[in-house]
Order: sequence, then C-alpha cells, then structure tokens
Amino acid sequence: MKNHIHLGIWVFLVLLVLVMLYPSRGFAQEPTPPDDEVNAIAKQLYCPVCENTPLDACRTSACEQWRGLIREKLQQGWTEEEIKVYFVAEYGDRVLAEPPKRGFNWLVYLVPPLAFLAGAYALYRGFTKWRISRSPSRPDSREVPEDEVGIEKEYISRVEKELENR
Amino acid sequence: MVANIGFGTLLITLIVALYGIAAAIYGQKSQHERWVNSARQAMALMFPLLTVPVLSLLYLLVTHQYQVAYVSEVTSRSMPFYLKLTALWGGQSGSLVFWSWLLAAFATAITLRDWGRDREFLPWVIIVILVTLLFFLSLNVFFENPFSRYWQTSTGIVQAFARPEGAVPFVPRDGQGLNPLLRHPGMIFHPPLLYLGFVSFIIPYAFAVAALVTGRTDDRWIRLTRRWTLWAWLFLSLGLILGARWAYDVLGWGGYWGWDPVEISAFMPWLTGTAFLHSVMIQEKKDMFKRWNLVLIILTFDLVVFGTFLTRSGVLSSVHAFAQSAIGPLFFVFIALTFGISLGLLLSRWKDLESKNELHSLFSREALFLLNNLLFLGIFVTTLWGILFPLISEIVTGQKVTVGPPFYERATGPLFAGLLLLMGIAPLTAWTYSSLKKWGRAVWKPLVFSMLTFPALYIAGITGWQGVLGFWLVGFVFAVTAYEFWRGAAARIKAHGENVFTAFYSLVKKNRRRYGGYIVHMGVIFMALGVIGIEMRQVETQGTIPEGGSLSLKEYSITYKDLVSFDTHDGRNVTRAVVGVTRSGEELAEIYPRRDYFYDANQPMTIPGVKSTLAGDLYVILVDWREISEAGATFKIYYNPLVNWLWIGGWVFIVGILVAAWPENELDRVQKVSSPLIKRKR
Repeated sequence: MKNHIHLGIWVFLVLLVLVMLYPSRGFAQEPTPPDDEVNAIAKQLYCPVCENTPLDACRTSACEQWRGLIREKLQQGWTEEEIKVYFVAEYGDRVLAEPPKRGFNWLVYLVPPLAFLAGAYALYRGFTKWRISRSPSRPDSREVPEDEVGIEKEYISRVEKELENR
Repeated sequence: MVANIGFGTLLITLIVALYGIAAAIYGQKSQHERWVNSARQAMALMFPLLTVPVLSLLYLLVTHQYQVAYVSEVTSRSMPFYLKLTALWGGQSGSLVFWSWLLAAFATAITLRDWGRDREFLPWVIIVILVTLLFFLSLNVFFENPFSRYWQTSTGIVQAFARPEGAVPFVPRDGQGLNPLLRHPGMIFHPPLLYLGFVSFIIPYAFAVAALVTGRTDDRWIRLTRRWTLWAWLFLSLGLILGARWAYDVLGWGGYWGWDPVEISAFMPWLTGTAFLHSVMIQEKKDMFKRWNLVLIILTFDLVVFGTFLTRSGVLSSVHAFAQSAIGPLFFVFIALTFGISLGLLLSRWKDLESKNELHSLFSREALFLLNNLLFLGIFVTTLWGILFPLISEIVTGQKVTVGPPFYERATGPLFAGLLLLMGIAPLTAWTYSSLKKWGRAVWKPLVFSMLTFPALYIAGITGWQGVLGFWLVGFVFAVTAYEFWRGAAARIKAHGENVFTAFYSLVKKNRRRYGGYIVHMGVIFMALGVIGIEMRQVETQGTIPEGGSLSLKEYSITYKDLVSFDTHDGRNVTRAVVGVTRSGEELAEIYPRRDYFYDANQPMTIPGVKSTLAGDLYVILVDWREISEAGATFKIYYNPLVNWLWIGGWVFIVGILVAAWPENELDRVQKVSSPLIKRKR
C-alpha cells in the first residue's frame, strides 16, 4: 500500500507541473463594443514607460495614445495578432505581458517547474534515505486526538517536553 | 536647528550602535558580563535615541520647513495634517529612517525581556540586531540624509546637509506634495504594518544565528521566538492585505493584486515565513528538520532585506538604475555577507543539527508539512525568478522583457491549489504514520459534505474545470476545518457537559495555537473564495454614454445621471460622476466614480464607485468625459464576483493569528501545566 501512496504523491506532483505548463485561458471573442475590443488587446500589452501597468488600465496620455493606435488599427481591419506584432516590432518584446517563447526566454518558463521537480526529487531522496537508516521496528500508529482524553494526553506530553527543556 | 538635532541624534545612534556591537563582541570573547550588559543597555537606547530624529522629521514635515529637501519633496501646504505625518514614509530617506525606528523598537523591547536562562544568546542577538540596524542607519547618515537642505550657491541650487561655502539657505515657497497614490487612508497603515512585519522577522533570525554560534541547537531558539514570529507574520499579512485593499480602492484597475515586483518583494518573505511557521511545528513535535528551519529563517531574513533593496535601489526599473543608485550596491553587499555568513554558520553546525527522529511514512503529518514547504518554496522560486528574469535578460541579451500576471497566475495557480488541498488533508492526518483506513474514516464526512458544491456550482452556471476544482477545494477545506472544530467541541460537550458555545470557547482557549491555526485556515478559505471569484469570473465592459444613457454588464446596468467638477481645499480638482445602478431593472444604488487631479503633483488619480455585496462588487471607473455641450462620459465597469470574501477572509485570518499569538495570562498557563500532572499523580 505504501507503494501506492508513493505513486499517488508522484502523480500529484507531476500533475501539478503539467497544470503549471497548461496555457492560460484565452480571451473571449464574443461580439463586443469597440472599447471592449480595444481593451481586450490593450490588456495584453505594456507600455515601456508605465512599468507593470497593463495598457487597458493605464491612465497616462501616452497609454491613451497607444489605445487610440489600437483602435485605429482595428478600424483598418488588422487582427489582434497583427497589432501585437506591430507593437513588438516598434517597441520590442517588453510590450508583451510575457516573454515570447523562444531562445533565451525559454528559461523563464522552464526554471520554475524544473526547480519544483528538483525540490520534489530532493525531498523524495531524503525520505528514502531516512527510511533506510531508520530502525526496523514499525512505529505505532497514533490517531489524531479524537476526544478530550486525547487532547489531555497531548498536553501531558507537551508539558513534559517543556519541563525537559527547562 | 531641528534638522541639526535630528541628524545629530541619528549620528549619535549610529555611534552607540557601533559601540554596542563592539561591547557585545568583547564581552563575549573576554567573558566579561558587564560588557555584555553595557551592550544590552546600548541596544535598549536605540528606540529612545531614534525617536528624536523621527520626531524632528515629523516636526519639519508638519511645519512646512521646505528648506529641508525631503520635506519639500513629499509635502505641500495644501495637504491635510495626517498626510503630512504619513509623509514620513512617503519617500526614500524618510522610509529608511522609519524602518530603522521600527527595528529599534523591537531591539529595545527584546533587551527588556528576562534573559536569565538564555544568557548565552544575548551577545549574539545584540550583534545581529545592531549590525542590521547599523546598516540601515548608515544608509541614512551617509547616503540618504532626510535632513539634507537646499542651498543657493553662485552656480545654482544644491542639496547638502552642511552649508557650502558662500551659500545662503534656499527655501521653496511650497513643496511638491506627496505622490497622489499615497494620499489614501490605506497608506496610513499599509507601509508601517509591512515594515513592522519586515523588521520583526529579524528577531527570530537573530536568535537562530545565536543558536548556531553558541551551538545550542535544540528547539530553544524556536520556542523563544515562536510568539515573535507569529506577530511578525501577523504584521506582514496585515500589511499585504491592506496593500491589496489599497490597490483595489485607489489604483482603479478593478483588481487587488497585479503581480508587480514591488508587491512580490513583500510577498516573498511572507511565503518563506509561512513555510517556516509550519515547519517549526515539526521540530517542536518531532525534533526534526532543524537544518531546514534554519535555512528558512535565514532565507526570510535576507528576503526582508532583499525586499527593501528591490524597492529602494531602483533595480526593478533597470539594472542601470541599480548601478547609478548609491545604496543599491551596499544592499547587495549586505545581503551577500549576511547570507554567506549565516550559511557558513549553518554548515559549521551541520552535524550537530542531525535529526533525532526519522520520517517514518510519506503519509504522516510531518511528511505533508514537508510537502507544504515544497509548495511554498515552489511559489517563492517562481516569483523570485519572475522578478529577476527581466534583469537577467537585460544583462544577457540586452533586451528588457515583461514578466506579467499571466506567467505568475499559470505558474503559481496549481501550487496554491496544492496548498489548499493540503489544508484539507493534513489536519486529518496523524503524526508519524497514518493508515489510509483511519484517514478515510476521518475524511469521509467532510468529503461527502464538499460534494454539495457540485450541484451548487451547476446551479450557478459554473462549468469550467478550473473554477469547479477551485470551488470544490474551498468547500472541502471548509468542511474539514469546520469538522475539526466540531469534533473537538463535541468531545468537550460529552466529557464536560458544556453547552455548544462554552465548548467552542474553551476548546479554542485550551489549545489556542492549534485552533488559532484553524481559524487562519478558515480565513484562507474565504480569501481563496474571493480570489477564485475575481480571477476566474471577473467580467468587464467599457463604453461612452450620453447623460441619461445606460451601459449594461450582466444583469446590471448603470445610468449616467450627472457630472460635477469642483476644487477642494486640499489642492485637488475633483470630477465626479453621479451614476445610478440597477439590477435586472430594479434600482439598487447611486455611486460616484471620480477622477481627482492633484495640482501640486500634477497627477490624476482614479477612484472607483463601488456597489458592494457579498455576491460581488460592481466597480465603476470614470475613464473620460467630454465637455458638457457634448454630454458624454466613458465608463469602465467591472463585475468582481465574491471579492468581498477576500477582505472578510483577511480579517478572519488576522483574528486567527491573534488567537494563536496573544500572550497567555499567567493563571491559564499555570492551570494548563498543573492539571494534567496532578491527574497523572493520582
């Protein structure tokens, strides 16, 4: 049964990593008024001046001009992707909410899950080492105190430990 | 004059701190108790001494002494009195003084405790705290002097503390005023609480270092600082929650958390601190993970300094700003030194820190706590990597990139979900070893209860797997936590014949740490409800409507009734819209989204109008308006489902920490200690 537990925990960890890699939800393509269309694109862009503020929420006049530009391009029939490409060509990759997935930028996406897996592996290794070195006697299983007596027992052991430390 | 007193005392404090360090080192080396006592007295002086520059600066701020550059930068005549006081932490040099002052308060407080049994820790605790304080004081004395003044010289206006030769004082007629974003009641409490959280984590770190140096590597240092750590966690959590609330109320983008590097820099020590709080329980219970706990507290301390460094050095905007900043490289050196020395100490004690007990099963409370630590650390590494990557990219490729919310949400979302799941599983798992059978017996009732969320979600029309999973997790953890309370109370009712309320009360009172922890979990569940609601179900629309016109979002509709513009006595021009809110045709409320323009700072600020209920907030922003003749205004409407649960959860969370951290009165402690022993002797 212990093997099942190990397997269960590994499946849990691998699933976590997979979910971390799952692409974020896209934007709804429902028919919307023009402002909403502009904002849907602006939300994904960041101007180089107002750091860390998405374009749709930024109130500076520079960002207002950028939104105007998006509106203009939309009127000219540009697609969302074309508009984003245009802004990247004009101002660089930093206008995007996330680094484009290429070359050096892959590091930003790969390091967290790899670090997590490395941590999980280290933990697992540590655990197996502990188990090998432990005494063969199987520990008594102890339930969570279910009643007042259990709680009192916990107090006694804690008080005794406190006294030992004194 | 007052500026001279302020700076003079700052300098004296620095010298006394330096003396305290030297006296502690000498006293420890030579085993001369009186030198250690002298160092203790030096540390006790820190708070009263630093209060003088703080009061001096406050005096200068409220009396419009604009010759002092800091006063001129962060206040103006039109600002209300309370904002002039809060301007103490509204700029770089003032906030550094404030930081030091809060640390000094803790430094002084720690000298006042009874050191009887822990005398050997004393010199090392003094050294760690005073070295940290010395570092921050020297930033103020040598680089960021808050008492520096403007002088008119033949070449122009210069900024210096002492009068340059031939210069005359230059006094601007008015100050530039505080950054409008900081002119909010939330800003009165948010920075001080965050700073309090930061500085109070230095206390457990100081004890950890003392334990490492003295070789007293049992759990004494943890027991001594348990309460300090909880208070540190309380302050940091409150600071973060209030920061989120401030962002929601003031920043006008319909959210509360933008994964901004400044936010993250305060969140990182919270993550490692939270991991530490959980992991110390294993050391106390099972005498395990001693090394790991030391790693966590060292990490938390350096993240506290790192967080201050990130926000204060300018490194976040660009690596070039870091190079130009005088204090940036100093922070870097301080962090590298403290981290290196602490790790060196840890390695030197590596063998002594071996666990006495072993982990017996992966399915035990302690193993799940380790998993909890892995998840917290996973979130920490992700966030750290997210804020560092743009800098690394700039150095390596020369190109700046943005790592924004989508990255953090995707990368940390599953880890947060994992933490929620553990909050449901771990409390029902026994220490040492749990069998699936016994665990199943404990979990089936809450699990069945949590299944009720599925029909509820179906009725509410929530079908996406992420939403369903998130809400089910919330339901499950709620059921487990409530069940834990019920089990304990039921046992008391059975054993003592108490009524329900007394049973709950005495249950929590008898084991405040455990049940305080569960109350914290309950707070987290409510907060998760708010977070899932707004992150997964937020909707928005924007449109321009004429006066009398309407704009709809879901079943809500807003009607633009009126727009007024007026000047206020505190130097603002306010443009305020009057907006009616209806839901499914039924009139609900009148709200007033507005735009404040601050004349002195030449900056606008957007304040939303909000109709708030437990089900969600209708959050309306006045984006733009035309001249009256054209009679139109642009509004942006957000519907933020369940967001109020975030704030409610925040308060429950705080109550939980208070329950766990509040000092016990002597009588309770005596009763607790004596009653089981008396029973045993019988």
